[in-house]
Amino acid sequence: MSKKNSEYLINRKDNQYEVVIGLEVHAQVLSESKLFSTSATKFGAEPNTQVSLVDAAFPGMLPVINEFCVKQAIKTGIGLNAKINKRSVFDRKNYFYADLPQGYQISQFKDPIVGEGKIILDMPDGQKEVGIERLHLEQDAGKSIHDLDPQNTFVDLNRSGVALMEIVSKPDLRSPDEVSAYIKKLRSIMRYLGTCDGNMQEGSLRADVNVSVRAKGSKEFGTRCEIKNVNSIKFMQMAIEYEANRQVDLIEEGKSIDQETRLFDTKKNETRSMRSKEDAHDYRYFPDPDLLPLEVSDEFINDLKNNIPELPDDKKKRFIDEFKLSPYEATILVSDIDTAKYFEEVVAKMGKNKDMKLAVNWITGELFAVLNDKNLEISQSPVSAKNLAILVNLIKNGTISGKIAKTVFDLMLDGDKDPQKIVEEKGLKQQSDPKAIEALIDKIINDNREKAIEYKQGKQKLFGFFVGQAMKASGGKANPQLINEILKKKLQ
Amino acid sequence: MSDITKQSLTELIENIKNKKLSSTEVTKAFIDRSEKSKKLNAYITEDFTSALNKAKKFDQKPNFDLKLSGIPMAVKDLFCTRDIKTTAGSKILNNFVPTYESTVTENIWNEGAILLGKLNCDEFAMGSSNETSFFGNVQNPIDKNLVPGGSSGGSASAVAGQLTPITIGTDTGGSIRQPASFTGTVGLKPTYGSCSRYGIVAFASSLDQAGPMAQNVKDCALLQEVISTYDPKDSTSIDFKRNQYSKELSNNIKGKKIGIPKEYRVDGMPKEIEDLWLKGIQFVKDCGAETIDISLPHTTYALPTYYIVAPAEASSNLARYDGVKYGFRAKGENLIDMYEKTRSEGFGTEVQRRIMIGTYVLSSGYYDAYYLKAQKVRKLIKNDFDEAYKKVDAILTPSTPSSAFRIGEKTNDPVSMYLNDIFTVPVNLAGLPGISIPAGHDSKGYPLGLQIIGKAFDEQNILNIAFAMEEKINFKNKITDWWIK
Repeated sequence: MSKKNSEYLINRKDNQYEVVIGLEVHAQVLSESKLFSTSATKFGAEPNTQVSLVDAAFPGMLPVINEFCVKQAIKTGIGLNAKINKRSVFDRKNYFYADLPQGYQISQFKDPIVGEGKIILDMPDGQKEVGIERLHLEQDAGKSIHDLDPQNTFVDLNRSGVALMEIVSKPDLRSPDEVSAYIKKLRSIMRYLGTCDGNMQEGSLRADVNVSVRAKGSKEFGTRCEIKNVNSIKFMQMAIEYEANRQVDLIEEGKSIDQETRLFDTKKNETRSMRSKEDAHDYRYFPDPDLLPLEVSDEFINDLKNNIPELPDDKKKRFIDEFKLSPYEATILVSDIDTAKYFEEVVAKMGKNKDMKLAVNWITGELFAVLNDKNLEISQSPVSAKNLAILVNLIKNGTISGKIAKTVFDLMLDGDKDPQKIVEEKGLKQQSDPKAIEALIDKIINDNREKAIEYKQGKQKLFGFFVGQAMKASGGKANPQLINEILKKKLQ
Repeated sequence: MSDITKQSLTELIENIKNKKLSSTEVTKAFIDRSEKSKKLNAYITEDFTSALNKAKKFDQKPNFDLKLSGIPMAVKDLFCTRDIKTTAGSKILNNFVPTYESTVTENIWNEGAILLGKLNCDEFAMGSSNETSFFGNVQNPIDKNLVPGGSSGGSASAVAGQLTPITIGTDTGGSIRQPASFTGTVGLKPTYGSCSRYGIVAFASSLDQAGPMAQNVKDCALLQEVISTYDPKDSTSIDFKRNQYSKELSNNIKGKKIGIPKEYRVDGMPKEIEDLWLKGIQFVKDCGAETIDISLPHTTYALPTYYIVAPAEASSNLARYDGVKYGFRAKGENLIDMYEKTRSEGFGTEVQRRIMIGTYVLSSGYYDAYYLKAQKVRKLIKNDFDEAYKKVDAILTPSTPSSAFRIGEKTNDPVSMYLNDIFTVPVNLAGLPGISIPAGHDSKGYPLGLQIIGKAFDEQNILNIAFAMEEKINFKNKITDWWIK
């Protein structure tokens, strides 16, 4: 396994620098209600309509742990091949802000619910293992809205108290591409598990990115900067590029890097200092006395373990073994749970005499192109898996040609029509009767006697002309294989 | 009946059930006396008109199957009450009207009791004399310009002064037992987890407990029976089998082993207190119980431990009072300025002092030396009790190291004020139940209390011991109505 091709290095004169990246991903737990209250968590609701007395921190209100969120965190831990801690503790992280009603965030500091684990990334030049440091549960804050009024800030507490999983990686990532692969894989695992919808536009997945640089070959870590709250893969990659180059420039100029928290300005494509280490908050963490330590039994964990669905790595292996897909094809099909589901449904509907290769080509080719074009998720596909399976079977059993199939597919897009019916109604059925084709070819040869002679004398190129004429005469429906066979015979 | 307000809760219930008294008559009597007792400053908020209406409604359609049928009562203003202003004795909540009810008060109304009003207390329950309240000092009915103790000072004053037949307070480090002791009344701090904290303005979450305050042990037992319920809304509420404390109350304590901890003989303890304790030992012996000398070796660390743990939790619990969502807000140039002005103007000196202490002991670099160390000591204190309870059923101590002091006497000396809690804080740190009963008077005629500490969840046992001792002591509170004349 050579890593040379994808090695991401920053070059300056005679020096080469390696970039070291660690991520703290904040993933919103997929749950109907919040971590410590019964308020709803639906995205996009009217401001302050999903706020309980607990979320707004009214006097005397107390948090009560949502067991479902605990299960979600443990399931995610299992999906990350991580150690599940049977005892974890909720701490208070104290700081003042207008959208933090309690004046503290309930989080887990010393004793998180999930310990060390790992994720396998499929990089173009092979697999890469990325360590997971920990996963802990915490509350989200509300949202301050500064741009609705020139004088006032408005606060929306709908998000206040929503459960987040903070997933901290080890500093194992070395390039923007690896960061992209890591986020995608993490997102994929959580979507398979149903523990986070991974919707980055809605803020369900965002990350703090820790970046440092060091001379290639060095074992020591450089001073790191943390880029806060980046909410798309593209921005993460841009931020890393910028930040790594900034740090390298400082080193090249003989200056030192300050450990600090930085913000990524997406418009200017640069990172800016937010606060230095000296200004860092003293969060005064201490165990939340309103909550007892969270204790889960082996039985509780095993119950969850036994109900973990097939995850991307296993599914990929099965697709290769069972369906004889190439690793490349399998990787594409398992990368998202909905794509995998769609593919497996197509496979199931194709029945016994199935053409796996053809199915894969149609999904990753025509279907993906349409989805891309219309900006749709596969779950919103205008063509159902069932109808795509029928279409593939129609090609496989010779009812229609691949070319006609494209016409049929285009017609299917409008209202997920049954391809069988389209073929019948439009009379697109392939002509596979050898006698009819023979008659048709005889007529063409007869009409183009001179060209037939030229062919026989060695002008091989003319074969295509005859195929085209035969196709044209059949209205495109004649079985191209039969045309080939019969033409060859007749022109001998 | 002109002496309605002198009757005990048990007598009032009996008289209402037997229709010798209507709820309206009883409610009116307590309202009348409360109206005449403004000098005590026991109330922060009165709800008399509404109370009378509720009493009339009760009389029209009485339900005698409840435990507190038609009984009026006022409660400490730390319990959130729906649609009734709840201040916690603070300016910062001066205008706060909850839309919800605390579990403990809900339990009380569900048993047919009627709210008279909200009683004065130290600001956020931080104090031992009721002098830190934004709404002014409370007078002790025992004597003019005498503190009633704190933080449930308004509650103690109202029970002793017969402004309410019973009440509930909260106890974080002695806030029920110390004022009970100062006013010649009975106060129980239940086991941590016995009464729900839901809807009680939090001071120190790992120590706070609501509890009953009454004229006698039986009334106290009945009220405890009503307020103690398992509540899923409080994660620290404990689901244990609760007794019918008043029905199961018994004065038979023969053969009980009562521990006498030598560490409670503190330096400089007045001889009167020492004598009272000896008298108490004799009383329990007279009841057929046996006393055993025990040791609680870490007692001397209890007070410093308490004054780290409680302020630490308070500094965080009180962070929500920031002027953003409810309560008092001062105008500021920007967010930080608004926070600073709101909290500087909204909190009193003692609350600010404790927030400062709490913030300090939790800050990085000091956490291990203070908060973490205090948690370890707290565990040792609990271990002391566990060890002792291998040999004894309960422990007898004085409730306080002195009788009630003068208003203003200790306001400039916080440490001397804190020392008042020396016998009560270990009980909170260990999460145990403790009851203070009046047991005698000092040379000035001020009441003195004895404390009985029990095993966790063993409220019945300490109520029984208190009940037996109460009979033997035959304490009479000297209430002269000085504030009415």
